[in-house]
Amino acid sequence: MSDHPIIRVQHVVKSFGNVMAVNDVSFDVRAGEIFAFLGPNGAGKTTTIKMLTTLLRPTTGSLELNGLDPTTHQTEVRKRFGVVFQDPSLDSDLTAWENMDIHGVLYHVPRHARRERTETLLRMFELWDRRDDLVKTFSGGMKRRLEIARGLLHTPKVLFLDEPTLGLDPQSRNQMWTLVRNLNKTEGVTVFLTTHYMDEADRVADRIAVIDHGRLVATGSSAELKRQTGTDSLEAAFLALTGTTIRDESATAADQMRQVARVWRR
Amino acid sequence: MTVVYILWLREVKKYLRSRVQIIASLGAPLMYLGVLGFGLGPVFQRAGEGKYLQFIAPGVIGMTVLFTAMFSGFAMLWDRQFGFLKETLVAPVPRLAIMVGRTLGGATVAVLQGALIFAVTLVAGFRPSSLLVVPLAFLVIALIAVIFSALATAIGSSIKEMQGFQMVMNFLVMPIFFLSGAIYPLEGLPRVLAALTRVDPLTYGVDGVRGLLIGRTHFGVALDVAVLLGVGVLFVIFGAWRFSKIEA
Repeated sequence: MSDHPIIRVQHVVKSFGNVMAVNDVSFDVRAGEIFAFLGPNGAGKTTTIKMLTTLLRPTTGSLELNGLDPTTHQTEVRKRFGVVFQDPSLDSDLTAWENMDIHGVLYHVPRHARRERTETLLRMFELWDRRDDLVKTFSGGMKRRLEIARGLLHTPKVLFLDEPTLGLDPQSRNQMWTLVRNLNKTEGVTVFLTTHYMDEADRVADRIAVIDHGRLVATGSSAELKRQTGTDSLEAAFLALTGTTIRDESATAADQMRQVARVWRR
Repeated sequence: MTVVYILWLREVKKYLRSRVQIIASLGAPLMYLGVLGFGLGPVFQRAGEGKYLQFIAPGVIGMTVLFTAMFSGFAMLWDRQFGFLKETLVAPVPRLAIMVGRTLGGATVAVLQGALIFAVTLVAGFRPSSLLVVPLAFLVIALIAVIFSALATAIGSSIKEMQGFQMVMNFLVMPIFFLSGAIYPLEGLPRVLAALTRVDPLTYGVDGVRGLLIGRTHFGVALDVAVLLGVGVLFVIFGAWRFSKIEA
């Protein structure tokens, strides 16, 4: 890990009409570190990831990823990161191999390299034997592993993981974080993650930032946050920083669609 | 170009693997062919208009292409909410390439579905005036498919809720179909209805296909093709513009 920041967020504000989703947020992520971005529902985590991954433009403030501004150098920035979104983004009607192949083409990975890297990653993520199966036959954990493998196909410098373990059983979560840790060490990829499972952040993250109501409320290692709040667990530190009030979020269009999808699957 | 090809291939593969969708989508065209084709046949013939099945078959093919192409907008809405679209939107490729790949894929699926219905009409008794004109008719069918696939892309890029898409189907697609002259002749219509049929792009599509397959045309095939090309260019530009504005 180096002290050189690969991500710089400075005084970033993002508002949607009267709602300020992100309010004057600043932080750095060092190259090669695992950085956890924690916060309650609706705190501004996903909005921040969307701005860093070029899907949203900040209202004010500046962003930098690997020395480039995502708002002005979109294409160059996109080559430098991989992303696993909160909602699955695989095509369930295609096979694991086809999903990887489409990603490789979209990221201009040459055919030979694409095949080699796909095989390496599918083997690493224990999906090689299922490469020709349709993704809709996969378990939740397998889909998440495939998404991470796909996000790494073009050897990005930064991997964004937005609540990657949501809905997974403890075994799948454990396996996934072990793989992410190994990848961080072997490939030197910087990992920027969000999660609601404090034990996971405590286990894998080198540094943690806590966001609440769109504002950054603390940054530091797990030990530093515990010391700062006088608590003995990251979960207690998190609650001390963000309070115990339950956050109600209004259902988004995606939430409504998810509901419809559940009904259809029954 | 590879990006356009891989996204086009994705749409085609998904269609060919979805046997349920293929079979289910035969329902409405078969109903129109069976109920209207045979039910109204005697009335049509008594009015001196010839065999109704010959008349309605190009209309049912046009309807199939319209519905299938518009459904690609629904598929995009689904992709948008459930992620795959995000995968393409964060890729280092121009949005135009993504839009063109998706639109051509949707259009190809619509043409394949149209070909399937064409085969069904042949089984039902429809006979084109010559087999040589069939490939030309399919070029017109391809134009219809591109137009409505591009329109579907524009609509899928502009709305976020499933209910919104259902409204589009009810208030846009059904009028486009019923105003197109797919199921009735365009001659002798009341003035307002005649004017409305003229602003419907599908009218020229159905007229072009009918003109080529059975030699019966209202506007003339050359005018039909010219209008379809013009509308096609406009709709692709419109679809590309709307697609470029998507925020995930």
